[in-house]
Amino acid sequence: MEYKPIRKVVSGNYAAAYAAKHARVEVVAAYPITPQTSIIEKIAEFIANGEVENLQYVPVESEHSAMAACIGASAAGARAFTATSAQGLALMHEMLHWAAGARLPIVMVDVNRAMAPPWSVWDDQTDSLAQRDTGWLQFYAENNQEVYDGVLMSFKIAETVNLPAMVIESAFILSHTYDVVEMIPQELVDEFLPPRKPLYTLTDFDNPISVGALGTPADYYEFRYKIAKAMEDAKKVIREVGKEFGERFGRDYSQMIELYRTEDADFVFMGMGSLMGTVKQAVDILREEGYKVGAAKVRWFRPFPSEELYELAKNVEGIAVLDRNFSFGQEGILFNEAKGVLYNTDAHPIMKNYIVGLGGRDFTVADVKKIAENMKAIIDKGELDVEVDWYHLKR
Amino acid sequence: MKLNTLFGEKKEGAAKIVLKSVDEYPEAPVSLGTTLSNFTGDWRTFIPVFNKDKCVKCYICWKFCPEPAIYIREDGYIGVDYDYCKGCGICANECPTKAITMEKEEK
Repeated sequence: MEYKPIRKVVSGNYAAAYAAKHARVEVVAAYPITPQTSIIEKIAEFIANGEVENLQYVPVESEHSAMAACIGASAAGARAFTATSAQGLALMHEMLHWAAGARLPIVMVDVNRAMAPPWSVWDDQTDSLAQRDTGWLQFYAENNQEVYDGVLMSFKIAETVNLPAMVIESAFILSHTYDVVEMIPQELVDEFLPPRKPLYTLTDFDNPISVGALGTPADYYEFRYKIAKAMEDAKKVIREVGKEFGERFGRDYSQMIELYRTEDADFVFMGMGSLMGTVKQAVDILREEGYKVGAAKVRWFRPFPSEELYELAKNVEGIAVLDRNFSFGQEGILFNEAKGVLYNTDAHPIMKNYIVGLGGRDFTVADVKKIAENMKAIIDKGELDVEVDWYHLKR
Repeated sequence: MKLNTLFGEKKEGAAKIVLKSVDEYPEAPVSLGTTLSNFTGDWRTFIPVFNKDKCVKCYICWKFCPEPAIYIREDGYIGVDYDYCKGCGICANECPTKAITMEKEEK
Protein backbone atom coordinates (compact mmCIF):
# COMPACT_ATOMS: atom_id res chain seq x y z
CA MET A 1 0.00 0.00 0.00
CA GLU A 2 1.35 3.39 -1.01
CA TYR A 3 1.85 5.85 1.82
CA LYS A 4 -0.52 8.77 1.68
CA PRO A 5 -0.55 10.67 4.96
CA ILE A 6 -3.80 11.76 6.57
CA ARG A 7 -3.36 15.40 7.54
CA LYS A 8 -5.16 16.52 10.66
CA VAL A 9 -4.96 19.78 12.58
CA VAL A 10 -4.54 18.63 16.16
CA SER A 11 -3.00 19.61 19.48
CA GLY A 12 0.07 17.81 20.75
CA ASN A 13 -2.16 15.98 23.18
CA TYR A 14 -4.51 14.80 20.44
CA ALA A 15 -1.49 13.75 18.39
CA ALA A 16 -0.47 11.58 21.34
CA ALA A 17 -3.97 10.11 21.66
CA TYR A 18 -4.19 9.31 17.95
CA ALA A 19 -0.75 7.70 18.07
CA ALA A 20 -1.85 5.49 20.98
CA LYS A 21 -4.96 4.53 19.02
CA HIS A 22 -2.96 3.79 15.87
CA ALA A 23 -0.50 1.72 17.95
CA ARG A 24 -3.53 -0.40 18.91
CA VAL A 25 -2.89 -0.08 22.62
CA GLU A 26 -4.83 -2.65 24.60
CA VAL A 27 -4.79 -1.09 28.06
CA VAL A 28 -4.81 2.58 29.07
CA ALA A 29 -4.74 3.37 32.78
CA ALA A 30 -4.53 7.04 33.58
CA TYR A 31 -5.42 9.81 35.98
CA PRO A 32 -6.11 13.33 34.74
CA ILE A 33 -3.75 16.24 35.42
CA THR A 34 -3.30 19.54 33.63
CA PRO A 35 -1.91 19.77 30.96
CA GLN A 36 -2.10 16.04 30.15
CA THR A 37 -5.89 15.64 30.56
CA SER A 38 -6.95 15.99 26.94
CA ILE A 39 -4.80 12.99 25.93
CA ILE A 40 -6.75 10.57 28.07
CA GLU A 41 -10.08 12.35 27.46
CA LYS A 42 -9.55 11.82 23.74
CA ILE A 43 -8.78 8.14 24.26
CA ALA A 44 -11.95 7.79 26.38
CA GLU A 45 -13.81 9.45 23.52
CA PHE A 46 -12.43 6.93 21.02
CA ILE A 47 -13.82 4.16 23.20
CA ALA A 48 -17.21 5.91 23.74
CA ASN A 49 -17.57 6.40 19.99
CA GLY A 50 -16.73 2.79 19.25
CA GLU A 51 -13.70 3.85 17.22
CA VAL A 52 -11.40 1.32 18.89
CA GLU A 53 -11.72 -2.37 19.56
CA ASN A 54 -10.00 -4.34 22.25
CA LEU A 55 -8.98 -1.34 24.35
CA GLN A 56 -9.53 -1.51 28.09
CA TYR A 57 -9.55 1.85 29.86
CA VAL A 58 -8.83 1.62 33.58
CA PRO A 59 -9.84 4.72 35.52
CA VAL A 60 -7.70 4.83 38.65
CA GLU A 61 -7.44 6.92 41.79
CA SER A 62 -3.88 8.17 41.32
CA GLU A 63 -0.89 8.18 39.00
CA HIS A 64 0.81 5.61 41.21
CA SER A 65 -2.11 3.28 40.54
CA ALA A 66 -2.13 4.21 36.85
CA MET A 67 1.41 2.97 36.43
CA ALA A 68 0.73 -0.05 38.64
CA ALA A 69 -2.20 -1.00 36.39
CA CYS A 70 -0.05 -0.54 33.28
CA ILE A 71 2.61 -2.78 34.84
CA GLY A 72 0.05 -5.51 35.49
CA ALA A 73 -1.35 -5.21 31.98
CA SER A 74 2.08 -5.22 30.39
CA ALA A 75 3.20 -8.21 32.47
CA ALA A 76 0.10 -10.02 31.20
CA GLY A 77 1.32 -9.36 27.67
CA ALA A 78 -0.77 -6.33 26.71
CA ARG A 79 0.41 -3.16 25.00
CA ALA A 80 -0.09 -0.54 27.70
CA PHE A 81 -0.12 3.26 27.54
CA THR A 82 -0.55 6.12 29.96
CA ALA A 83 0.12 9.84 30.22
CA THR A 84 0.83 12.28 32.99
CA SER A 85 2.59 15.51 34.01
CA ALA A 86 4.74 16.94 36.80
CA GLN A 87 3.29 16.09 40.26
CA GLY A 88 1.56 13.07 38.72
CA LEU A 89 4.83 11.81 37.29
CA ALA A 90 6.52 12.35 40.64
CA LEU A 91 3.79 10.30 42.33
CA MET A 92 4.47 7.51 39.81
CA HIS A 93 8.17 7.50 40.59
CA GLU A 94 8.27 4.26 42.56
CA MET A 95 6.32 2.42 39.87
CA LEU A 96 8.63 3.74 37.14
CA HIS A 97 11.44 1.70 38.68
CA TRP A 98 9.17 -1.34 38.78
CA ALA A 99 8.23 -1.01 35.12
CA ALA A 100 11.85 -0.78 33.99
CA GLY A 101 13.14 -3.36 36.45
CA ALA A 102 10.53 -5.88 35.30
CA ARG A 103 11.48 -5.01 31.69
CA LEU A 104 7.97 -4.01 30.62
CA PRO A 105 7.72 -1.94 27.41
CA ILE A 106 5.06 0.51 28.57
CA VAL A 107 4.89 3.80 26.68
CA MET A 108 3.94 6.97 28.50
CA VAL A 109 3.54 10.54 27.34
CA ASP A 110 4.77 13.06 29.88
CA VAL A 111 3.61 16.59 29.23
CA ASN A 112 6.48 18.60 30.72
CA ARG A 113 5.13 20.84 33.45
CA ALA A 114 6.95 22.73 36.19
CA MET A 115 7.17 21.12 39.62
CA ALA A 116 5.45 23.02 42.42
CA PRO A 117 5.75 25.14 44.45
CA PRO A 118 5.15 27.77 43.37
CA TRP A 119 2.17 26.09 41.76
CA SER A 120 2.56 26.12 38.01
CA VAL A 121 1.09 24.35 35.03
CA TRP A 122 3.59 25.66 32.48
CA ASP A 123 6.46 24.13 30.56
CA ASP A 124 9.58 22.92 32.37
CA GLN A 125 11.67 19.77 31.88
CA THR A 126 12.63 19.09 35.48
CA ASP A 127 9.72 16.67 36.02
CA SER A 128 10.86 14.20 33.38
CA LEU A 129 14.57 14.70 33.96
CA ALA A 130 14.08 13.90 37.63
CA GLN A 131 13.10 10.40 36.38
CA ARG A 132 16.46 10.06 34.62
CA ASP A 133 17.70 7.09 36.62
CA THR A 134 14.56 4.94 36.52
CA GLY A 135 15.57 2.97 33.41
CA TRP A 136 13.02 4.58 31.06
CA LEU A 137 13.95 5.69 27.58
CA GLN A 138 13.24 9.40 27.07
CA PHE A 139 12.31 11.03 23.76
CA TYR A 140 11.80 14.82 23.64
CA ALA A 141 9.44 16.06 20.93
CA GLU A 142 9.96 19.41 19.25
CA ASN A 143 6.50 19.65 17.71
CA ASN A 144 3.17 17.86 17.47
CA GLN A 145 4.35 15.72 14.57
CA GLU A 146 7.20 14.42 16.71
CA VAL A 147 4.76 13.61 19.52
CA TYR A 148 2.79 11.39 17.11
CA ASP A 149 5.87 9.83 15.51
CA GLY A 150 7.59 9.49 18.89
CA VAL A 151 4.79 7.41 20.40
CA LEU A 152 4.69 5.01 17.43
CA MET A 153 8.48 4.61 17.31
CA SER A 154 8.71 4.28 21.08
CA PHE A 155 6.41 1.26 21.13
CA LYS A 156 8.56 -0.47 18.54
CA ILE A 157 11.83 0.42 20.27
CA ALA A 158 10.55 -0.36 23.76
CA GLU A 159 9.18 -3.73 22.69
CA THR A 160 12.49 -4.59 21.02
CA VAL A 161 14.71 -3.81 24.01
CA ASN A 162 12.10 -4.59 26.68
CA LEU A 163 12.35 -1.29 28.49
CA PRO A 164 9.62 1.34 29.01
CA ALA A 165 9.72 4.61 27.09
CA MET A 166 8.62 8.14 27.85
CA VAL A 167 7.62 10.54 25.08
CA ILE A 168 7.88 14.09 26.33
CA GLU A 169 6.11 17.17 25.02
CA SER A 170 5.91 20.76 26.29
CA ALA A 171 2.97 22.03 28.35
CA PHE A 172 0.66 24.21 26.24
CA ILE A 173 3.37 25.10 23.69
CA LEU A 174 2.66 21.68 22.20
CA SER A 175 -0.01 20.06 24.36
CA HIS A 176 -2.71 22.64 23.63
CA THR A 177 -1.45 24.27 20.43
CA TYR A 178 -2.92 23.06 17.17
CA ASP A 179 -0.72 22.24 14.22
CA VAL A 180 -0.84 20.06 11.13
CA VAL A 181 0.14 16.48 11.89
CA GLU A 182 0.60 13.89 9.16
CA MET A 183 -0.95 10.69 10.44
CA ILE A 184 -0.31 7.28 9.00
CA PRO A 185 -3.09 5.04 7.67
CA GLN A 186 -3.83 2.21 10.11
CA GLU A 187 -2.74 -0.59 7.77
CA LEU A 188 0.69 0.99 7.38
CA VAL A 189 1.07 1.56 11.11
CA ASP A 190 0.23 -2.14 11.55
CA GLU A 191 3.01 -3.08 9.12
CA PHE A 192 5.48 -0.88 10.98
CA LEU A 193 4.30 -1.91 14.43
CA PRO A 194 3.11 -5.53 14.57
CA PRO A 195 1.47 -6.93 17.71
CA ARG A 196 3.72 -7.17 20.75
CA LYS A 197 5.68 -10.35 21.35
CA PRO A 198 6.29 -10.35 25.10
CA LEU A 199 9.35 -11.98 26.65
CA TYR A 200 7.22 -13.57 29.35
CA THR A 201 3.56 -13.32 30.21
CA LEU A 202 1.60 -13.93 33.36
CA THR A 203 -1.10 -15.52 31.23
CA ASP A 204 1.07 -18.36 29.91
CA PHE A 205 -0.45 -20.94 32.25
CA ASP A 206 1.76 -23.78 30.98
CA ASN A 207 4.83 -21.83 32.04
CA PRO A 208 3.81 -20.03 35.21
CA ILE A 209 6.12 -17.27 36.42
CA SER A 210 6.12 -14.61 39.06
CA VAL A 211 7.36 -11.12 38.25
CA GLY A 212 9.36 -8.98 40.63
CA ALA A 213 10.40 -11.84 42.90
CA LEU A 214 13.24 -11.55 45.40
CA GLY A 215 16.74 -11.06 44.04
CA THR A 216 19.36 -11.78 46.65
CA PRO A 217 22.79 -10.11 46.58
CA ALA A 218 23.89 -13.15 44.56
CA ASP A 219 21.59 -12.26 41.65
CA TYR A 220 20.45 -8.60 41.78
CA TYR A 221 23.68 -7.31 40.22
CA GLU A 222 23.28 -9.37 37.02
CA PHE A 223 19.74 -8.08 36.45
CA ARG A 224 20.94 -4.48 36.81
CA TYR A 225 23.67 -5.16 34.27
CA LYS A 226 21.04 -6.48 31.86
CA ILE A 227 19.10 -3.22 32.12
CA ALA A 228 22.28 -1.24 31.53
CA LYS A 229 23.08 -3.36 28.48
CA ALA A 230 19.53 -3.13 27.11
CA MET A 231 19.74 0.66 27.43
CA GLU A 232 23.06 0.67 25.59
CA ASP A 233 21.67 -1.67 22.90
CA ALA A 234 18.69 0.66 22.57
CA LYS A 235 20.90 3.21 20.81
CA LYS A 236 21.32 0.88 17.83
CA VAL A 237 17.62 0.01 17.86
CA ILE A 238 16.65 3.69 18.02
CA ARG A 239 18.83 4.50 15.00
CA GLU A 240 17.48 1.53 13.03
CA VAL A 241 13.84 2.15 13.87
CA GLY A 242 14.33 5.88 13.19
CA LYS A 243 15.78 5.04 9.79
CA GLU A 244 12.98 2.58 9.01
CA PHE A 245 10.42 5.19 10.00
CA GLY A 246 12.06 7.63 7.59
CA GLU A 247 12.06 5.12 4.75
CA ARG A 248 8.41 4.26 5.28
CA PHE A 249 6.94 7.64 6.13
CA GLY A 250 9.47 10.27 5.01
CA ARG A 251 10.55 11.62 8.37
CA ASP A 252 13.96 10.32 9.33
CA TYR A 253 14.78 9.84 13.01
CA SER A 254 18.02 7.87 12.63
CA GLN A 255 19.99 10.60 14.43
CA MET A 256 19.59 10.70 18.19
CA ILE A 257 20.75 14.30 18.01
CA GLU A 258 19.18 16.23 15.13
CA LEU A 259 21.75 18.59 13.64
CA TYR A 260 20.55 21.80 12.03
CA ARG A 261 23.05 23.86 9.99
CA THR A 262 25.98 22.68 12.09
CA GLU A 263 28.35 21.69 9.22
CA ASP A 264 30.56 24.80 9.30
CA ALA A 265 29.28 26.24 12.56
CA ASP A 266 31.65 27.98 14.98
CA PHE A 267 29.28 27.26 17.82
CA VAL A 268 25.95 25.54 18.32
CA PHE A 269 22.93 25.77 20.57
CA MET A 270 22.04 22.48 22.19
CA GLY A 271 18.75 21.69 23.91
CA MET A 272 15.67 19.51 23.94
CA GLY A 273 11.99 19.80 23.15
CA SER A 274 9.88 22.59 21.74
CA LEU A 275 12.38 25.36 22.50
CA MET A 276 14.58 23.96 19.74
CA GLY A 277 11.98 25.05 17.17
CA THR A 278 12.57 28.62 18.29
CA VAL A 279 16.32 28.04 18.16
CA LYS A 280 16.20 26.76 14.57
CA GLN A 281 14.30 29.84 13.49
CA ALA A 282 16.85 32.02 15.27
CA VAL A 283 19.71 30.13 13.59
CA ASP A 284 18.29 31.03 10.18
CA ILE A 285 18.15 34.70 11.15
CA LEU A 286 21.60 34.66 12.76
CA ARG A 287 23.06 32.99 9.66
CA GLU A 288 21.71 35.87 7.55
CA GLU A 289 23.40 38.26 9.98
CA GLY A 290 26.72 36.49 9.50
CA TYR A 291 26.87 34.28 12.56
CA LYS A 292 28.13 30.79 11.80
CA VAL A 293 25.82 28.97 14.17
CA GLY A 294 23.79 25.78 14.22
CA ALA A 295 21.38 23.87 16.41
CA ALA A 296 21.74 20.43 17.98
CA LYS A 297 18.45 19.03 19.17
CA VAL A 298 18.86 16.16 21.59
CA ARG A 299 15.95 13.87 20.70
CA TRP A 300 16.82 11.02 23.02
CA PHE A 301 18.07 11.87 26.50
CA ARG A 302 17.99 8.20 27.63
CA PRO A 303 19.91 6.44 26.36
CA PHE A 304 22.23 9.44 26.07
CA PRO A 305 23.60 9.98 22.55
CA SER A 306 27.25 10.20 23.57
CA GLU A 307 28.66 9.22 20.17
CA GLU A 308 26.72 11.90 18.28
CA LEU A 309 27.64 14.51 20.88
CA TYR A 310 31.34 13.67 20.53
CA GLU A 311 31.19 13.91 16.73
CA LEU A 312 29.55 17.32 17.05
CA ALA A 313 31.77 18.60 19.85
CA LYS A 314 35.06 17.89 18.11
CA ASN A 315 34.08 20.15 15.20
CA VAL A 316 32.84 23.25 17.02
CA GLU A 317 34.48 25.90 19.18
CA GLY A 318 31.58 26.31 21.55
CA ILE A 319 28.31 24.77 22.72
CA ALA A 320 25.59 26.84 24.36
CA VAL A 321 23.53 24.33 26.33
CA LEU A 322 19.97 25.52 26.87
CA ASP A 323 18.39 23.89 29.88
CA ARG A 324 14.71 24.34 30.65
CA ASN A 325 15.40 22.52 33.91
CA PHE A 326 17.75 22.70 36.85
CA SER A 327 19.38 20.33 39.30
CA PHE A 328 19.71 22.27 42.55
CA GLY A 329 23.22 22.20 43.91
CA GLN A 330 24.68 21.57 40.47
CA GLU A 331 23.59 22.97 37.09
CA GLY A 332 21.32 22.38 34.13
CA ILE A 333 20.84 18.65 33.65
CA LEU A 334 21.63 18.40 29.93
CA PHE A 335 24.73 20.57 30.48
CA ASN A 336 25.91 18.31 33.26
CA GLU A 337 25.41 15.18 31.15
CA ALA A 338 27.09 16.66 28.08
CA LYS A 339 30.19 17.77 30.00
CA GLY A 340 30.42 14.31 31.54
CA VAL A 341 30.36 12.62 28.14
CA LEU A 342 33.19 14.77 26.78
CA TYR A 343 35.54 14.63 29.77
CA ASN A 344 37.36 11.47 28.66
CA THR A 345 37.55 12.52 25.01
CA ASP A 346 39.73 14.89 23.00
CA ALA A 347 36.75 17.14 22.22
CA HIS A 348 36.67 20.09 24.58
CA PRO A 349 34.77 23.04 23.13
CA ILE A 350 33.89 25.96 25.38
CA MET A 351 30.60 25.03 27.01
CA LYS A 352 28.22 27.38 28.72
CA ASN A 353 24.93 26.64 30.39
CA TYR A 354 21.95 28.94 29.93
CA ILE A 355 19.03 28.29 32.26
CA VAL A 356 16.02 29.30 30.20
CA GLY A 357 12.25 29.16 30.19
CA LEU A 358 11.68 27.64 33.63
CA GLY A 359 8.00 27.42 34.56
CA GLY A 360 6.94 28.52 31.08
CA ARG A 361 8.96 31.76 30.97
CA ASP A 362 8.90 32.86 27.32
CA PHE A 363 12.00 31.94 25.40
CA THR A 364 12.07 33.77 22.07
CA VAL A 365 14.17 34.29 18.97
CA ALA A 366 15.39 37.55 20.53
CA ASP A 367 16.71 35.57 23.50
CA VAL A 368 18.61 33.20 21.22
CA LYS A 369 20.18 36.21 19.48
CA LYS A 370 21.32 37.65 22.80
CA ILE A 371 22.81 34.30 23.76
CA ALA A 372 24.57 34.16 20.38
CA GLU A 373 26.20 37.55 21.04
CA ASN A 374 27.30 36.39 24.47
CA MET A 375 28.69 33.10 23.14
CA LYS A 376 30.59 34.88 20.35
CA ALA A 377 32.20 37.23 22.89
CA ILE A 378 33.20 34.25 25.07
CA ILE A 379 34.73 32.35 22.15
CA ASP A 380 36.60 35.46 20.93
CA LYS A 381 38.00 36.02 24.41
CA GLY A 382 38.64 32.30 24.94
CA GLU A 383 37.19 32.15 28.45
CA LEU A 384 33.82 31.87 30.16
CA ASP A 385 32.17 34.80 31.94
CA VAL A 386 30.04 32.48 34.10
CA GLU A 387 29.53 28.76 33.59
CA VAL A 388 25.86 28.66 34.57
CA ASP A 389 23.90 31.69 33.43
CA TRP A 390 20.45 32.38 34.94
CA TYR A 391 19.74 34.18 31.73
CA HIS A 392 16.24 35.60 32.35
CA LEU A 393 16.85 36.66 35.95
CA LYS A 394 15.50 40.11 36.83
CA ARG A 395 18.47 41.98 38.23
CA MET B 1 5.95 -48.09 59.97
CA LYS B 2 5.84 -44.94 57.92
CA LEU B 3 4.90 -42.00 60.11
CA ASN B 4 2.62 -39.29 58.87
CA THR B 5 5.15 -36.59 58.14
CA LEU B 6 2.73 -34.07 56.64
CA PHE B 7 5.12 -31.79 54.71
CA GLY B 8 7.96 -33.60 56.31
CA GLU B 9 9.35 -35.81 53.59
CA LYS B 10 12.58 -34.75 52.01
CA LYS B 11 11.66 -33.26 48.65
CA GLU B 12 12.08 -35.58 45.73
CA GLY B 13 13.24 -34.33 42.35
CA ALA B 14 14.66 -31.07 43.61
CA ALA B 15 17.49 -29.73 41.44
CA LYS B 16 19.13 -26.43 42.12
CA ILE B 17 19.54 -23.95 39.29
CA VAL B 18 23.02 -22.46 39.38
CA LEU B 19 23.59 -19.49 37.08
CA LYS B 20 27.30 -19.21 36.41
CA SER B 21 27.39 -16.34 33.92
CA VAL B 22 25.22 -13.31 33.23
CA ASP B 23 24.20 -14.83 29.89
CA GLU B 24 22.48 -17.70 31.69
CA TYR B 25 20.16 -15.33 33.53
CA PRO B 26 16.69 -14.64 32.15
CA GLU B 27 16.37 -11.19 30.57
CA ALA B 28 13.79 -10.05 33.12
CA PRO B 29 13.80 -10.87 36.83
CA VAL B 30 11.07 -13.48 36.73
CA SER B 31 11.03 -16.50 39.00
CA LEU B 32 13.08 -19.32 37.54
CA GLY B 33 10.86 -22.02 38.94
CA THR B 34 9.39 -23.26 42.17
CA THR B 35 11.34 -24.03 45.33
CA LEU B 36 12.25 -27.32 43.65
CA SER B 37 14.91 -25.32 41.84
CA ASN B 38 15.37 -22.43 44.25
CA PHE B 39 17.28 -23.72 47.26
CA THR B 40 16.73 -21.25 50.07
CA GLY B 41 19.27 -23.17 52.17
CA ASP B 42 21.86 -20.96 50.45
CA TRP B 43 20.86 -18.08 52.70
CA ARG B 44 22.00 -19.87 55.84
CA THR B 45 24.82 -18.63 58.07
CA PHE B 46 24.28 -20.99 61.03
CA ILE B 47 23.46 -24.64 60.56
CA PRO B 48 21.39 -26.75 62.98
CA VAL B 49 23.31 -29.79 64.19
CA PHE B 50 21.21 -32.67 65.58
CA ASN B 51 22.29 -34.84 68.52
CA LYS B 52 20.41 -38.15 68.39
CA ASP B 53 21.38 -39.06 71.98
CA LYS B 54 19.45 -36.14 73.46
CA CYS B 55 16.35 -36.36 71.21
CA VAL B 56 13.15 -37.54 72.90
CA LYS B 57 11.10 -37.54 69.67
CA CYS B 58 8.74 -34.81 70.91
CA TYR B 59 8.68 -33.17 67.42
CA ILE B 60 8.43 -29.67 68.83
CA CYS B 61 11.15 -28.64 66.37
CA TRP B 62 9.12 -30.14 63.51
CA LYS B 63 6.05 -28.16 64.61
CA PHE B 64 7.92 -24.87 64.91
CA CYS B 65 10.06 -24.99 61.77
CA PRO B 66 8.56 -22.23 59.60
CA GLU B 67 10.05 -23.51 56.37
CA PRO B 68 9.27 -26.45 56.94
CA ALA B 69 12.68 -28.03 56.54
CA ILE B 70 12.44 -30.58 59.36
CA TYR B 71 10.98 -33.96 58.49
CA ILE B 72 10.39 -37.10 60.46
CA ARG B 73 12.39 -40.09 59.41
CA GLU B 74 11.20 -43.70 59.39
CA ASP B 75 13.19 -44.42 62.58
CA GLY B 76 11.22 -41.68 64.35
CA TYR B 77 14.07 -39.21 64.65
CA ILE B 78 13.97 -35.88 62.88
CA GLY B 79 15.93 -34.99 59.78
CA VAL B 80 16.82 -31.57 58.43
CA ASP B 81 16.45 -30.80 54.74
CA TYR B 82 19.53 -28.63 54.36
CA ASP B 83 18.51 -27.59 50.83
CA TYR B 84 15.81 -25.44 52.42
CA CYS B 85 16.85 -24.80 56.05
CA LYS B 86 17.60 -21.06 56.27
CA GLY B 87 19.33 -21.44 59.62
CA CYS B 88 16.84 -19.35 61.59
CA GLY B 89 17.54 -21.33 64.78
CA ILE B 90 13.93 -21.61 65.95
CA CYS B 91 14.27 -25.40 66.25
CA ALA B 92 17.32 -25.08 68.51
CA ASN B 93 15.57 -22.43 70.58
CA GLU B 94 12.46 -24.56 71.06
CA CYS B 95 14.12 -27.94 71.66
CA PRO B 96 13.48 -28.81 75.36
CA THR B 97 16.46 -31.19 75.58
CA LYS B 98 18.99 -29.04 73.66
CA ALA B 99 19.34 -31.79 71.07
CA ILE B 100 19.77 -29.16 68.34
CA THR B 101 22.64 -26.67 68.39
CA MET B 102 23.39 -23.92 65.87
CA GLU B 103 26.92 -23.85 64.53
CA LYS B 104 28.62 -21.39 62.17
CA GLU B 105 28.65 -22.93 58.71
CA GLU B 106 31.83 -22.69 56.67
CA LYS B 107 31.21 -22.27 52.93
